[in-house]
Amino acid sequence: MSSEAITSSEYIRHHLQNLTCSLQQGHFHCAHTAAEAKAMGFWAFNVDTLLVSFVLGTVFLFFFSRVAKSPAPGVPSGMQNFVEWVIEFIDNSVRGSFSAKNNLVAPLALTVFMWIFLMNFMDLIPIDWVPMLAAKLGVGHFKVVSTTDPNATFGMSISVFFIVLYYSIKMKGLGGFAAELTLQPFGKFGLPANIFLEGVNLIAKPVSLSLRLFGNMYAGEMIFILIAIMGGTWAGFTLVNATLFGSQILLSLGWGIFHILIITLQAFIFMTLTIVYLDMAHQEHH
Amino acid sequence: MNINATLIAQAIMFALFVWFCMSFVWPPIVGALAARQKLIADGLAAGDRGKHELELSAKKAAQGLRTAKEKASDIIAQAEKRAGEIVEEAKTNAKTEGDRIIAGAKAEIGQEVNRAKEGLRQQVSALAVAGAEKILRREIDAKAHAAMLTTIANEL
Repeated sequence: MSSEAITSSEYIRHHLQNLTCSLQQGHFHCAHTAAEAKAMGFWAFNVDTLLVSFVLGTVFLFFFSRVAKSPAPGVPSGMQNFVEWVIEFIDNSVRGSFSAKNNLVAPLALTVFMWIFLMNFMDLIPIDWVPMLAAKLGVGHFKVVSTTDPNATFGMSISVFFIVLYYSIKMKGLGGFAAELTLQPFGKFGLPANIFLEGVNLIAKPVSLSLRLFGNMYAGEMIFILIAIMGGTWAGFTLVNATLFGSQILLSLGWGIFHILIITLQAFIFMTLTIVYLDMAHQEHH
Repeated sequence: MNINATLIAQAIMFALFVWFCMSFVWPPIVGALAARQKLIADGLAAGDRGKHELELSAKKAAQGLRTAKEKASDIIAQAEKRAGEIVEEAKTNAKTEGDRIIAGAKAEIGQEVNRAKEGLRQQVSALAVAGAEKILRREIDAKAHAAMLTTIANEL
């Protein structure tokens, strides 16, 4: 906890608020409370999400393009080996789930996987480090895990959704795509029911894609916050306080190790579903 | 946790990252992977080929060795045969030469004997004549007895 003066609920609320800023009356202003952030309306930016995700995406592309610039077919160096290992893993996943031919899918899957993985990975940085550093620099809020911001997850899933729509129409034609939405599963006489079912089906893709990632990371972050509160109630050396402090260390270790699995799994699920949705867009089914 | 313009910014950022990845990251690395795969496959194939060639040349070498051995034993047998022949020939030649030398010597010996006999005969007859002359000086006519003495000398 950053200060003894704040309560547990204040601590949680503080950790769950983004650094939301917007242009007001000609100068950039950042919200201090959740209500203030809400009042800024749509034209505001979560600067922490943007900054962290941009830095991580750039780091990912920097290392991968450095390897790509000197693609020696001989004995690979360590970095090259790692990058190629990731690429082969993605390539195998794409080959396994995507049957059509499309040069966009594999790089898209790679970007999705690495970007989400790195953003999720920020969850493993001890929870107070970055916000406290930000506070030292005079920034009130800083959420370091971008995937706990629905803007980030929806930003990706909606992009994927539009790519899926684009290829659905490109591959099947506008008529074919419309027919898929209206003429099944009940045939042309069940048209309203078809539209309803397929419409829900269609909209569920981006929503579930982004909410699954957001929900998992948000819940994980929340558990880290709760674990951090245990030792944070320290008020003098008593048995209870010592037990809580020890529990915090053990629990954050345990949850952190478990979280390594979750962050990888969530990145993998997002990637695999992206590939599968794109595969469905390329296939004439029924 | 408000939905705001961050959404749009994130989507644009995502699109840019995907574009960059698709243009500058994925193709060269996948190309390098394919190149390495080919390199390794070629290397393995070359190794197999080398092994095969090694087996082949080992077989060839063994065969060459066998042929050489056969040839060598042939040559030795021939040489032995030839040596036997030469020895036989030399023996025959030596025998002929020996016989010839012996015959020559025998003939020479015969001639020498005859010559000696002749000399002796002459000396004996001369001696006999001298003896008889001394004996018969007084009583016998040398002329009348010379013919008789010659006959005796010839009978020797």
